[in-house]
Amino acid sequence: MSYQNNFLKEVEERVEEGHMVKMCMQCGVCAGSCPFGPDWEHSPQKIFMMIRAGKREEVLGSDSMFMCTSCYNCIVRCPRELPITHIMHGLANYAHRIGMAPKGQPTRVFATMFWNNLTKKGRVNELTLTLGLYFKDGLVSGIKTAFGMQSIGLGMLLAKRLNPMEIFGGHGLKDLKGFHAIVAKAKEIEDRKKGFTA
Amino acid sequence: MAKKEYAFYPGCSSQLKASASNYLVSTKAMCKALDVKLTEIPDWNCCGASIGYCEGGELPRHAINARNFAQAETHLPGQDIVATCAACWLGARESKERLDGSAQLMKETNEALAAAGLHYSGGANVRHMVEVLIEDFGYDGLKQPMKKSLEGIKFAGYVGCQTNRPFGIVGESFENPLYLDKMVETFGGEALTTYDQKVTCCGGALAFSEPDKSQKQIRDIVESAYDAGAEMIVTPCPLCQANVEVYQSEINKKQGTKFNMPVLYYSQLMTIAYGGTAKDAGLDGQLIRAEKLEKIAGK
Repeated sequence: MSYQNNFLKEVEERVEEGHMVKMCMQCGVCAGSCPFGPDWEHSPQKIFMMIRAGKREEVLGSDSMFMCTSCYNCIVRCPRELPITHIMHGLANYAHRIGMAPKGQPTRVFATMFWNNLTKKGRVNELTLTLGLYFKDGLVSGIKTAFGMQSIGLGMLLAKRLNPMEIFGGHGLKDLKGFHAIVAKAKEIEDRKKGFTA
Repeated sequence: MAKKEYAFYPGCSSQLKASASNYLVSTKAMCKALDVKLTEIPDWNCCGASIGYCEGGELPRHAINARNFAQAETHLPGQDIVATCAACWLGARESKERLDGSAQLMKETNEALAAAGLHYSGGANVRHMVEVLIEDFGYDGLKQPMKKSLEGIKFAGYVGCQTNRPFGIVGESFENPLYLDKMVETFGGEALTTYDQKVTCCGGALAFSEPDKSQKQIRDIVESAYDAGAEMIVTPCPLCQANVEVYQSEINKKQGTKFNMPVLYYSQLMTIAYGGTAKDAGLDGQLIRAEKLEKIAGK
């Protein structure tokens, strides 16, 4: 086996900021800085070593990248200045797009809904996004979740911070056609570059 | 004071009847008092937020941010882009820096923009409202329009993550930024420097997908404010505000706490200090009412 294994090469070529992975010196500051650190199996430190050890299935099937809250603690504390948050985002995106990320992982599901929601009208529709999340596991559990959250929903409604009329569309762009064309073109270029199939 | 003009990027959550609509209301009142003219970037779109990476990847996120830059460049030439939302600022600024740093990415982004007949030539200056206040006005400048003091209110300055990391405010530290405390003191409030969860993450977007893990963070943030003797929390970020205010009742229900801590934006404090009404400051948008501020507003 060559020192530079195939998986490291794959990450360097196809994952956002992947070329920086090999700069990690395994100090563990990122692991100790993560707010959700106790909740997941692989810290960034571990993930980076696993990439160098060629553990493709374990890395791309890990739920760890989806536990990133985007707090950027790891980035500002890393002594080697690795863009850790971006690498974790990049790995999550790569694992998601090639279908190896854990199925039903709640943040994977929510993040996908979020992007689809915002690209539909060009702006986020908070009501349909929230309802979509509540009902992601079906009608019964959705009604239960929504019922549990109704005091919050009512509070937001009374404080004029939630608009029930958004169910009919809500805020959107004037040049929605142009916006959609930009997103489609950008996706086409990126998919071609990273070898994603649509 | 000469009138200052900026290309304004309010973001999705600031829109009418959205979760941070009171942020926009108070920002407008604050800017009026400071003689700042905010012109919305025409037909602006979402920045992709911190969670857009999963499905959106790299280029689509940079391209949608570049659409806003192109709009600002065409319709509001020479004006700095100013965002009030931490995620908008971060998302837009990240795209700006990536595009500035890579001719290849810039070329691909413009290829995407061309699909809508747009072009971005580079050089957008993307700033957070707090940067504008501190750098373009300074604490002394901010004090000038002040009509009322916030004397007698104890504030926990909760800076959170994304207005602090990875870019932050120039001259501040990541671990203990002081600007929010200084702003509180500028307007006569008491800033509690012993508040130790100042830069703790509230869970961000994961408050929706990982509620239990996020509520643990939120509990620390609120509990520490009580421990420090705070009467209110003040923050520069709409997601921090929403998460930390909205979930207090949930945490009370699940964990038997008795949290009832108002969570305000700096712009609401400033609007009241500038003599605005409770309505001007969007105080009617609080789920947990800020009664002490309402009282000062009513004086």
